[in-house]
Amino acid sequence: METINLLIWSLDSLLGLSLLWLAWRALTTPDLFKAVVLFIAFGLLITLVWVRLDAPDVALAEAAIGAGLTGALLLSALARLDSTHSDPASVYSGKTRVNNESAGPESIHWWPFSLLVLVSSGLGFIILSMPVAFMGLSPEVSDQLANSGVENPVTAVLLNFRAYDTLLEMVVLLIALLGVWSLGGGVKHKEPFPGTVLDILTRLLTPVLILVSAYLLWVGAHAPGGAFQAGSVLGAAGVLLMLSGWQLQMNIPVLLIRLILLAGPFAFIAMAVITIMIEGQLLQFPVAQAGLLILLLETFATLSIGATLAALFLGGQTWKNDEESL
Amino acid sequence: MTIIDYISVILLVAGAFFFLAGTLGLLRFPDVYTRLHALTKADNLGLGLTVTGLILQLESWLVAGKLLLIWILILLAGASVAHLIAKGALRRKVRLWKQ
Amino acid sequence: MTTPILYALTGIGLFSLGLYSLIVQAHLLRKILAINIMGSGVFLVLIALAKRSGEIPDPVPHAMVITGIVVAVSATALALSMMLKLNMETHHAELPDDQQG
Repeated sequence: METINLLIWSLDSLLGLSLLWLAWRALTTPDLFKAVVLFIAFGLLITLVWVRLDAPDVALAEAAIGAGLTGALLLSALARLDSTHSDPASVYSGKTRVNNESAGPESIHWWPFSLLVLVSSGLGFIILSMPVAFMGLSPEVSDQLANSGVENPVTAVLLNFRAYDTLLEMVVLLIALLGVWSLGGGVKHKEPFPGTVLDILTRLLTPVLILVSAYLLWVGAHAPGGAFQAGSVLGAAGVLLMLSGWQLQMNIPVLLIRLILLAGPFAFIAMAVITIMIEGQLLQFPVAQAGLLILLLETFATLSIGATLAALFLGGQTWKNDEESL
Repeated sequence: MTIIDYISVILLVAGAFFFLAGTLGLLRFPDVYTRLHALTKADNLGLGLTVTGLILQLESWLVAGKLLLIWILILLAGASVAHLIAKGALRRKVRLWKQ
Repeated sequence: MTTPILYALTGIGLFSLGLYSLIVQAHLLRKILAINIMGSGVFLVLIALAKRSGEIPDPVPHAMVITGIVVAVSATALALSMMLKLNMETHHAELPDDQQG
């Protein structure tokens, strides 16, 4: 089957080279808008690579968060960046506003370049001297999978075996949001009426997105999916609503928003305390109820992640009652 | 390979051909509006053919329904985004290419 | 050169590209893009090495990468809002050391 091997090898090298080329173009093109769009394309290409490497959960998370939400954040920041300048050039003209040190081939900076060659050759040597087949933690996970309450090994690792990491991750999301809020006072963006097409699209898509999010949450127990993917789809729904000028932050009471944002971390912390009291070990789920507990944790986590991601997109813009502090 | 497999392969190759044609349009057409036109039309059709080719390989109607749903959503999103980009370009007074 | 090793080397290439851009370029948005690309490179190395475990890849690096993606987006959001704040105050998009004038 020599031709199949050659085909697979050429497909893999094509994907790898395109990744490197896209990354290089995204980092060195003089126009910032083009750079961001190329970065979004890079995110989609790396989603393909995750599928190729048998990592469907990671592919779902990357497509929703890495390509989608990060792209939206970057574009939104780019729009707000130039509007605070008194520069007459429009946002999407050819040049960035200030000189950047984007290096063309004629002006490679030698010290960073030699550092780079050193680091990459060292890492490459390490990679090449690693064993070609290595079992890692797969056997241990497969052995304990029956006791974990779910059938998807990645969900089992995320929400049962390494639930402590997920607890900390919920807190990291919260801290990032607190940082963004404490910087405060974004440019007041008055959304114009979005136009018929975007309006209708939002009305059609938001229920679908909520449904897809619930589906991903449910199916994460036995197929690729889970809380993070579901949460990011909810966050995308929030972003879509905000882009259509729905002024979510004016219509929902602040207390409700704060409660939803805290629901995820608090559910994890409450579960941690309960398991310490009952089982004596941090986040050690009883085998019989593990599936139910994981679903419960995942539901709160989904709501929290969705709300946090949407709030991160909104940025420092204040909620109802601008005068009272958050 | 059975006859179903052959039909699947033909449909998938046809879908890939339409994607290629759309990308060629993206690269070669003179302005934003013509590029959008080529891209959305060709990509929607290409995706439809690809989805049909994949559905022939499935055993369950549920998964086929999911694939069709994906196609419809991409149709919807693609058309709307093309409209939004064209409207944005018009607002920025990007000129239409005249022969 | 098996598939996992090939992708791991690509990941190192991405990491190096991102690192070079981070050091060399002055505009803050480009630095943020560079950090994201470095992150993607690291994730690629992790997932590629996880594929060495045969047909069922090792799920622990997958979980770590999903965590990493979420942390990366929150760090990006925070970094972008800091950049916008700096931009609002000083009307420059670079740190004071790197400004051209």
